[in-house]
Amino acid sequence: MEFIREVLGIISQYYSYLLSGVGYTMLIALIGTAAGFLIGLLTGVIRTAPKSKNAVLCALHKIVNAIIAVYIEVFRGTPMMVQAMVIYWGYAFLNDGATLPLIPAGLFIVSINTGAYMAEIVRGGIISVDRGQLEGAYSVGMTHAQAMVKVVIPQVLQNILPSISNEFVINIKDTSVLNVIGVTELYYMAGVIKRINLQTFQVYTVICILYFILTFTVTRLLRLAEKKLAGSDNYTICGSGSDSQAEIHIREAQ
Amino acid sequence: MEEILRLEHLEKTFGTHQVLRDISFSVNKGDVISIIGSSGSGKSTMLRCVNLLEEPTGGKIIFEGKDIAGKELNLSQYRARVGMVFQQFNLFNNMNALENCVCPQLTVLHRKREEAEKIARDYLERVGMSAYCNARPAQLSGGQKQRVAIARTLSMNPDIILFDEPTSALDPEMVGEVLDVMKRLAGEGFTMLVVTHEMAFARDVSSRVIFMDGGVILEDAAPEEIFNNPKQARTREFLSRYLSR
Repeated sequence: MEFIREVLGIISQYYSYLLSGVGYTMLIALIGTAAGFLIGLLTGVIRTAPKSKNAVLCALHKIVNAIIAVYIEVFRGTPMMVQAMVIYWGYAFLNDGATLPLIPAGLFIVSINTGAYMAEIVRGGIISVDRGQLEGAYSVGMTHAQAMVKVVIPQVLQNILPSISNEFVINIKDTSVLNVIGVTELYYMAGVIKRINLQTFQVYTVICILYFILTFTVTRLLRLAEKKLAGSDNYTICGSGSDSQAEIHIREAQ
Repeated sequence: MEEILRLEHLEKTFGTHQVLRDISFSVNKGDVISIIGSSGSGKSTMLRCVNLLEEPTGGKIIFEGKDIAGKELNLSQYRARVGMVFQQFNLFNNMNALENCVCPQLTVLHRKREEAEKIARDYLERVGMSAYCNARPAQLSGGQKQRVAIARTLSMNPDIILFDEPTSALDPEMVGEVLDVMKRLAGEGFTMLVVTHEMAFARDVSSRVIFMDGGVILEDAAPEEIFNNPKQARTREFLSRYLSR
């Protein structure tokens, strides 16, 4: 009972610390995931683009592809905590000790790390769209870019939304590693509170619950979004042989 | 007769495997040409070369007097004028039937939405699919999908339409509804190049039949000629297998 009293005490006494930590955690996770997705989309489209007939463009494409491949391997093959230290202190080393502002640094690290994972997710998504979709688009005269924007990418988004949700949830938890460079997200805030009241177990129990509430809520919300994006299973047949005003509403079983 | 399309000594090689050899023929306005032959004879590859889904490795394609490899035509404009109907329909899965017909008009022909919708509805009506404007491809049967695909092609007002085995992926009950639409188009004077296994269509609807075998054209003649009096032993053998069924 004493434990529960202490936990509630932490929440009532340090709620401003906790809220601020939750705020930065969610901000970095959300923007990091969104930026990472854009990186993934860009690299995915570049890597799946057909070979250009122009020799210069073709060579350039190869070079860019190689750079993207190295980026993906490096950022997927090393821990984000280490990346954070190398980027943050590497910047300081190159700039006579001047450090990056913390929040932008955190955003950058999470974005670039997520981008490496998203690159593979998006590429897989593009490859898994039936080749016939592209050929259908080409056959009516669409360019590769138009076919991508109008036909392929919308289908990719729908297919990879579960993976994007997954990355977002991972990021909510993994922003905790940014405490190594001092970003004031939730895990860092727990450390601050612990050093004041010395109730280690109680403090980390509180943020454990908070992390769970965040990830659980986000998972549910994104599940709803997935359903919405899958589109309605219902449609209407208008008109019949005998009555042009007739309407039949088709509703698929859930 | 006004010539629309001419193939001159077209060749296609995949690696070391030569699929098409010295394919030459011309298509006049209003022609309905059926291309028949056994699987692997190069029919589909030839059709896919015509709208450059496959790149020919030799020869020339002349469209309305212009070499399509030349600078006068860009690929997008050319494909917009050469419609294609696929065996697997290839409707855009992320759009409903109407949008499938409207989107290409907006992106490629830059028509206004209002105009594009009017044209799309008109053609969907003509293939008997106007009731299904807001149905998605996944909600349609094979025959319905193929009719929407034909409406999508027609909405671009192409000068010639290529059909790549349009009924081969359909079960027998649905073949008729698609063939009926194609017969109607042939009757209305559309220029059509049809790769098909439907011998009745080739015999009764087309104005010319091309028989392909082993990557070359063996015979190119009027349907009566090919079906009643084939010149080549290979043609006779192929047809006897079909007509005896």
